[in-house]
Amino acid sequence: MTLALDLSGPQATPPVPREIDPGLPTGDRVFHGAARTVGVFVLVLTGSIGLFLGLQSIPTFQHYGLNFLTRSEWQPAIDQIGISAVVLGTIEVAVVALFVSFPLALLTAVYISEYAPGRLKSMLVSAVDLMAAVPPIIYGLWAVFLFQPHIIYVARWLHTYLGWLPFLHVNTDPHAAVWEQSRYTSSVFVAGLAVSLMTIPLGCAIMRGVFAQAPIGEREAALALGATKWGMVRTVVLPFGRGGVIGGTMLSLGRALGETAAVLLIISPAFDLKFRILEAGTETISALIAGNFGDASATQLSALLSAGFILFVMTLCVNTVAAIFVNRSRSGAATEI
Amino acid sequence: MSVLASESTTVDLRAATGVAGAPAQLDAVEVSAWFGTNFVLDRVSLSMPAATVTALIGPSGCGKSTFLRILNRLHESVPSAQLAGKVLLDGEDIYDPGHRVTQTRKRIGMVFQKPNPFPTMSIADNVLAGLKLTGTKVNKSERSQLVESCLTRAGLWSEVRDRLGDHGGALSGGQQQRLCIARSLAVDPDVLLMDEPCSALDPTSTRRIEETISELRSEVTIVIVTHNMQQAHRVSQQSAFFLAAQGCPGGIVEAGPTEQIFNDPVDTRTADYVHGRFG
Repeated sequence: MTLALDLSGPQATPPVPREIDPGLPTGDRVFHGAARTVGVFVLVLTGSIGLFLGLQSIPTFQHYGLNFLTRSEWQPAIDQIGISAVVLGTIEVAVVALFVSFPLALLTAVYISEYAPGRLKSMLVSAVDLMAAVPPIIYGLWAVFLFQPHIIYVARWLHTYLGWLPFLHVNTDPHAAVWEQSRYTSSVFVAGLAVSLMTIPLGCAIMRGVFAQAPIGEREAALALGATKWGMVRTVVLPFGRGGVIGGTMLSLGRALGETAAVLLIISPAFDLKFRILEAGTETISALIAGNFGDASATQLSALLSAGFILFVMTLCVNTVAAIFVNRSRSGAATEI
Repeated sequence: MSVLASESTTVDLRAATGVAGAPAQLDAVEVSAWFGTNFVLDRVSLSMPAATVTALIGPSGCGKSTFLRILNRLHESVPSAQLAGKVLLDGEDIYDPGHRVTQTRKRIGMVFQKPNPFPTMSIADNVLAGLKLTGTKVNKSERSQLVESCLTRAGLWSEVRDRLGDHGGALSGGQQQRLCIARSLAVDPDVLLMDEPCSALDPTSTRRIEETISELRSEVTIVIVTHNMQQAHRVSQQSAFFLAAQGCPGGIVEAGPTEQIFNDPVDTRTADYVHGRFG
């Protein structure tokens, strides 16, 4: 008997895979069906929200045209509305929030997962998770009554020494004996800082999770070569966690874009396109909707829903980009974002 | 054997850079170890002479790997771990407060059971990773020389010379393990500890690594933990037989020249183990 494949002769046809019936028991089949139904339901729900918002936006765009996206004033009485300033404000608040929360979340996550001793670690985890549990409206109240009166001094300091940067300029004299405190309140800066408190725990939790999964074999390899603890973290843990860091940050960005309650309490609405983050007056999409929903006429309502649709699309894009980054990375394959 | 001949033209970087890296003598004096309240090693003393290969043999769970990890201070990285005794590297106790852990681990390198190259770094960067991690400055011209030298000594140069930019994770298991050996050699250790380096590999890779161990013997003292009796016999000049009775901490039953341990052991337990009657 030869061991080699003999392809000559009548059995020369190559093999063809056969159909296999998995033969699932009824319990498995029922569970598959139920799980699939729930999954489809979630997709349908999300899709219907987008569809609803999109449909409601049609009258707005029919009425105002694309000027709706480029104009910045909000005067419904004379039928002049545009949301360019609002979109800009939303992005500015989110960027400030991210600028502050990213380093804090990253360093806290590194400390908790790599350096904190046992009891301190569990205390820190509880504290950070508690930050996430505080209702946003409480952060808003805290920011307006306790935080803002003190942070305007920081804003004034930034204006004094870094005011030559166009986005840190404020239209007032910081060196005056009695400087205008109200010019520095209710700004993108204050709102961004308040929002960052809500995005830090989210980012920190995700980053902490991926850092803990960095493989022990590579950690020990680095240590065995003579690396310091920080050298090991820098070479093994952080590169491994890159996907989770980016994904977590993107999720934080999504949260920051949509934060409503705290921003609503802090800012004073202003509808000019400006980049000066320290100056009073701004508006975000979510605050716009929440603030004007009560006494909106039909056309205004449609305009608000169009703004909501734009926010929905922005958040969808951010999350999609995040998913792409995360899925391509080593740690991302283990996380579910 | 012709493969060996072509790889024997190594660049002696240590002579070139004037770094004195000589194989060192390692002595364990009354080493005991605990994991929390779990007493796992009881007063183990062993002398591992310079420029020799010492094999640690014995059944699973008797403390060989724990003992090995004590030798390069990796044992203390486990939170509940404790130890007693001394480990002398050329006469100096590495656990003395005056000695820095990072410096000790640079002089006593380790190769692990499961190959662990840094998967996202290239092969060349993997070899140089130890230098980067310990802050050793090597200028550009010497870097490629060092990479070639280490990969040659590890027996991997001929297979990867054309693809040094490939990721470390793209190699086969045996190649990865040799890459890890090359990486350990790049920091010029005096002692190399190997924790069952071939247990996850196929016979060809195993043979290649055993050849590498024999070639490295004159430059680096080697301590190897192995379950493979034939390997211990082939590769080592000295052996130590570890044993842990049920519910008792592990310890050395007998240690001595490999020939004696395998052909004429003193203790009956050693004789039973090396002749395959248990373990």
